Amino acid sequence: MSSNKDTISKTVTVALLLCIVCSVIVASSVVLLKPIQQVNKTLNLKENILAAAGLLKPGASKAEVEAAFAQITPRLVDMTTGDYVSPDVVEKASAADYDQRKAAKDPKLSKKLDGSMDLAGIKRQARYSKVYLVETDGKLDRIILPVHGYGLWSTLYGFLALEGDANTIAGFGFYEHAETPGLGGEVDNPRWKAMWPGKKVYDLGKGNEPLINLVKGGVDPSRADAVYGVDALSGATLTSRGITNLLHFWLGQHGFQSYLDRIRKGA
Amino acid sequence: MSGVTIKKVLLDPVVNNNPIALQILGICSALAVTTSLKLSLVMGVAVCLVTAFSNLAISLVRSQIPSSIRIIVQMVIIASLVIVVDQILRAYAYEISKQLSVFVGLIITNCIVMGRAEAFAMQNGPVVSFFDGIGNGLGYAVILIAVAFFRELLGAGKLFGVTILPVINDGGWYQPNGMLLLPPSAFFIIGLIIWGLRAWKRNQVEAPDFKLSAHKVKEAF
Repeated sequence: MSSNKDTISKTVTVALLLCIVCSVIVASSVVLLKPIQQVNKTLNLKENILAAAGLLKPGASKAEVEAAFAQITPRLVDMTTGDYVSPDVVEKASAADYDQRKAAKDPKLSKKLDGSMDLAGIKRQARYSKVYLVETDGKLDRIILPVHGYGLWSTLYGFLALEGDANTIAGFGFYEHAETPGLGGEVDNPRWKAMWPGKKVYDLGKGNEPLINLVKGGVDPSRADAVYGVDALSGATLTSRGITNLLHFWLGQHGFQSYLDRIRKGA
Repeated sequence: MSGVTIKKVLLDPVVNNNPIALQILGICSALAVTTSLKLSLVMGVAVCLVTAFSNLAISLVRSQIPSSIRIIVQMVIIASLVIVVDQILRAYAYEISKQLSVFVGLIITNCIVMGRAEAFAMQNGPVVSFFDGIGNGLGYAVILIAVAFFRELLGAGKLFGVTILPVINDGGWYQPNGMLLLPPSAFFIIGLIIWGLRAWKRNQVEAPDFKLSAHKVKEAF
């Protein structure tokens, strides 16, 4: 043991060397493993799209996921007009290459949301959004919409699947969030997710304002509006409120409202 | 280094000096990840690796570490190792790493890792420190797996995801105990394990802090 290991120069040298060695180790592990992690992430995203649409068999293998995903067509939608647009507007070869989350940060491809418009708490919204369509026998069967919004701690990213009538919910789930495990984190609970299919978004007789919401204390099935309500998560008031808000945002006038109107008109 | 043999440092922490049961360290993650055996196993292996390699690294440089910044040095080494483990899990066990979520990152603050680095690796050679890390990781993993065995079996009727007791919801006969899937149940199970262990190994029982003496003074009423 050297007697002078507590001198200032020695302390600084050890600290510096240690930091360099550790940062090299950490950085190289991150860089080397990134491609494999990316594959996992894409696969996970596909699984989530399929799961939202109810097309994923439990325990499906990688090949089965890819095969099931082949029946899904990604398209781009202009959020202001609700029209389909060609991938050229975002300078991509196909809609599948479009990264909406990156686009939402790009000033050219996104718009800033003002306080009153920004129900979901996302600050910027991409001008174009991806939608995933499933067609069977030439008829539109499922519309899968990417949605996201702020809960309690984190932005929740998920997919909402609608039936061909662009009103009935076929499935709903989040693939990325960091809500409190056991409380807000229960958005991943299969029993809660199972409450969504069959619920309606709009009362089409009355207009096109989204009515779907989470009901604190549970939905009373005898009420007429029970079809627009899903039980809120107990112990997670703010996460539940965030989910209602993000659904209202994405299904409202700044979201997919005009697009869904067009689909119902048969465009 | 009398009395410090590889066999001793490897096996002692499993029963005689268990980090969870005797030292009551690392309880936080033990409550969180023990809902299923698979998670506990992966978590146990991760902690094992981190303790072993942090002990090894710290022991290798122990004569160079200035004592004024030794805790920071240990933390930096442990934190780097945890990030590497987290990245590996994300690449090769994506589903599990998603379920373990923050708890892999929280190995950094697991008192067992830090405790072994400070108490053992700073005074002992690299090889024996490495095995001490493995031993303590094993001690942690053993308790985790024992707790997870009961929680998964009685809470979900499964072991490693394979149905053992068919639950009523799936048309079986077993009514699962939902509380066992919630963190407090791990407290009870760990408590029972500690009780059992101390009934078996009497020398682990702590001396009482104070004794109740017989009541002699007559009260005023």
